[in-house]
Amino acid sequence: MIAIVDYGMGNLRSVLNAFERVAPGAARLTADPADVLAAERVVVPGVGAFRDAIAALRTRGLAQAVRDFAASGRPLLGVCLGMQLLATRSSEFGDHAGLDLIPGSVELLRTDPELRVPHVGWNDLEVRRADDPILGALGPEPTFYFVHSYEYVPDDPAAVTAVTDYGRPVTACVGAGNVFGVQFHPEKSGTDGLALLTAFASC
Amino acid sequence: MLKTRLIPCLLLMNGLLVRSEEFRRHQVIGNPIHQVERFSAWAVDELVYIDITREGAHDLRRDDHKVKGSADVLEILEAIARSCFVPLTFGGGIRTLEDIRVRLARGADKVTINTAAIEDPTFITEAAGAFGSQAIVVSIDALQRPDGWEVMAGWGRRETGLDVVEWAREAERRGAGELFLNSVDRDGMAGGYDVALIEAVSAATAIPVIACGGVGRFKHLIAGVHAGASAVSAANIFHFTEHSTQRAKKVLADGGVDVRLAGVRTH
Repeated sequence: MIAIVDYGMGNLRSVLNAFERVAPGAARLTADPADVLAAERVVVPGVGAFRDAIAALRTRGLAQAVRDFAASGRPLLGVCLGMQLLATRSSEFGDHAGLDLIPGSVELLRTDPELRVPHVGWNDLEVRRADDPILGALGPEPTFYFVHSYEYVPDDPAAVTAVTDYGRPVTACVGAGNVFGVQFHPEKSGTDGLALLTAFASC
Repeated sequence: MLKTRLIPCLLLMNGLLVRSEEFRRHQVIGNPIHQVERFSAWAVDELVYIDITREGAHDLRRDDHKVKGSADVLEILEAIARSCFVPLTFGGGIRTLEDIRVRLARGADKVTINTAAIEDPTFITEAAGAFGSQAIVVSIDALQRPDGWEVMAGWGRRETGLDVVEWAREAERRGAGELFLNSVDRDGMAGGYDVALIEAVSAATAIPVIACGGVGRFKHLIAGVHAGASAVSAANIFHFTEHSTQRAKKVLADGGVDVRLAGVRTH
C-alpha cells in the first residue's frame, strides 16, 4: 500500500488521482500514524506554509510516524511543501524545525531580480544523478510544473539530485537513500510526472 | 527557464461542452469528460474550464438531445480532475470564497473570477489572501472601443465603463496571480488575436497574461506570444481538428517559441 499522508493541507486528491492512474488501487489517503508505519511506501504531499504543515503533522502524531517509516528503509517521497518538510529547518515565517530526514534548510528563493517569485510554471529538469531510482526512468528533456517561493538547500550538495534553471540552478529534487523529495508537482506534470510516480510506485 | 504555455479553454453550458461565437451563439459539441482524456494525454500545459450556464436561462440554440448532460457542474469538475494531470483552472459564476473553496476541494488548482471582481474588487484581495495568489486568475472580457477597450461584465454583455488596461493594473495590485484576457469581439471569429489588446495589458502588468479569443490558425498563437502573453489560449480551434494540440505546439516551436514538447510527436 502507498500511504498518502493526509494532515489537512493541500490538494491531496490530485496526488491520489495520479496514483490511481499509474497504480490503480495501490494508494490511499490516511491520517492514521499506524497506516503510515504499515505502508510499503509513503508520500507526504502539501501546499501551504511550512509552519502550519509541520505543526499539523506533529499534532496528529504523523511527524514521528514518517520519521520512523523513513528509518525502516522503505521509500518515502515528499512533494512540493512535503519535500521541504524533509529539511532540518525552514525560515518561512520565522524559524521552524522540520523532519530532518535530509539535512538542510529551506530558504526564500533568491534569484535574478528580473524574475518573479513565486516561480510558477513549466520548467526543464536537469538531472544530476542519473542513477536515482525515481529520476532514471524519465524521458529526454523532462519538464515539470513548479509553484514555490522557497528553496530547499541541503547541507550536502550531493543530496541535490536534479535542478531547474530559474536565473540560476534551483533545487528541484533531493534524495538520500530511500528518502526522495520533489519541489514540483508530479501529479500536475503530465506524462513526465506520471512516469516519475510510476517509478516511485515500483522502486 | 519557464515555458510559454498552451492552454485550451473549454466552455461548459448546462453540463455540456459548447463552442461560442462573440459570446452569443453556442453550439453543443460534446461530453466534457471524454474531452479531458484526450487533452491530458496530449500536449496541453494546462486546461481552463469556464461554466457559462446562465442561471434560469434557456438557450434555444441547444441541440443536445443526442448527448446526455449533467446539471451538477461540481460533479463534472470532480470527474474532469480524476483524469487531468496538468494544472486545472475552473471558472464561471464564482461569487463567494465558499464558491472558490468547493472548486479547489473538488480538484481545481485555480479559479477564474470575473463579474464578482468587477462588482467588488476587494473580492480579489480576499480570495488571494484565503487561497494564495497562485490560485486566483482574474478573467477580463474586453470589447474594442474607438479609444481602447471596455471591460464587459455578465458574460460579455453588460457595459461597465471600466478601461481594460486600468482594470488589469488594479486586479494585479489587488492580488490576482494571473489575468485571463479574452476579446469579446474576436471570440469565435478565427481572424487572430487582438494583438494590440494583449500588448497593452502585458506592458501594463507584471503578472502572467493568458491571451484568448480569435485564434483560427495556429500561427495566430505566435502573434500572441510576441505581443507579450505568457500563455496562449484558444477554444474552438482545438475541438474540430485531430491532434490539434500537438500541431499547435509544433507550430509554436517552429516559430521559435520555447514550449514544452512532451507529448508532441516528432516524426
